[in-house]
Amino acid sequence: MLAQDWAPLRNDGIHDRKGPAVKQKLLQEPAEALSKLPPDTTGNMVRWVEALQQGIIQPRASLKPDFKPEILDQDILLDLKGSMPIVLFPHKRHTEWLDCSNCHNGVFEKQTGATKISMFQILAGEQCGICHGAVSFPLTECDRCHSVLRPGQKKGDPRPPLPGSHNMPPPR
Amino acid sequence: MKFLLRVIACLALAATLAAVPASAEYADLVLNKRSEKEGVRPVVFPHWFHRIRFQCRVCHAELGFKMRAGANDFTMNGIAEGKFCGACHNGDIAWAADRCDLCHSGKPGLPTGIVGGHETSGPGRW
Repeated sequence: MLAQDWAPLRNDGIHDRKGPAVKQKLLQEPAEALSKLPPDTTGNMVRWVEALQQGIIQPRASLKPDFKPEILDQDILLDLKGSMPIVLFPHKRHTEWLDCSNCHNGVFEKQTGATKISMFQILAGEQCGICHGAVSFPLTECDRCHSVLRPGQKKGDPRPPLPGSHNMPPPR
Repeated sequence: MKFLLRVIACLALAATLAAVPASAEYADLVLNKRSEKEGVRPVVFPHWFHRIRFQCRVCHAELGFKMRAGANDFTMNGIAEGKFCGACHNGDIAWAADRCDLCHSGKPGLPTGIVGGHETSGPGRW
């Protein structure tokens, strides 16, 4: 990944070039930090899960010294009756970053199937879309969640017609 | 004729300015509920910088930050007392709250919200 993939802070459209933070170069540049991490094609152009699992970054789990994060190694299959490939939700890579309480109970009930999940809500920034599309990989990456092929499906098969919930008006 | 040329020049300039992409980093957050009213620049919070150093759970479980831009009601008084950003920005883990300009580094006039390139401009309300 090339350093020019990340805009310098002075050109990023949100930092004030006249402010001391940018003028005196007091803040770390994205390119300096992100160019050293496993490359991706979207978002921050970084595979954050791989960066964590390979130990390239070691983000703290807590501010408390004796905290032990609860990692759950359990996959959940979702969207069993749809036409897209089945969604495989890996608890492990989510609990390596997040606390159970971030999702349960509230955004999602703990009991499988108890929460109706819809792409309409996700695209509107609810459910999975609270993070995906804002801070974790964006919603353009269908296949990363819809990853388990149904019987008769082949990788790269033309996508089925989108169900009604996908037919959103185009973004502004 | 001169007027027409001037109009064309203005349109060309406007098109150029509009074509400059906002290239903020994915998941950058602008906070401006109170900043400019209080006479300081908006805050830019870079998620990328923080997630290299802290897992999501630290801020979003331990410190109580809700996952919605603008939904967290905190003030500099709270931060100085060690709440929210002040849990780390205390001169111990990270720079202290008296380094105003390091966080309040945003362009004046920006609204609160998640910004950044790529697909964040979708229909969601982040």
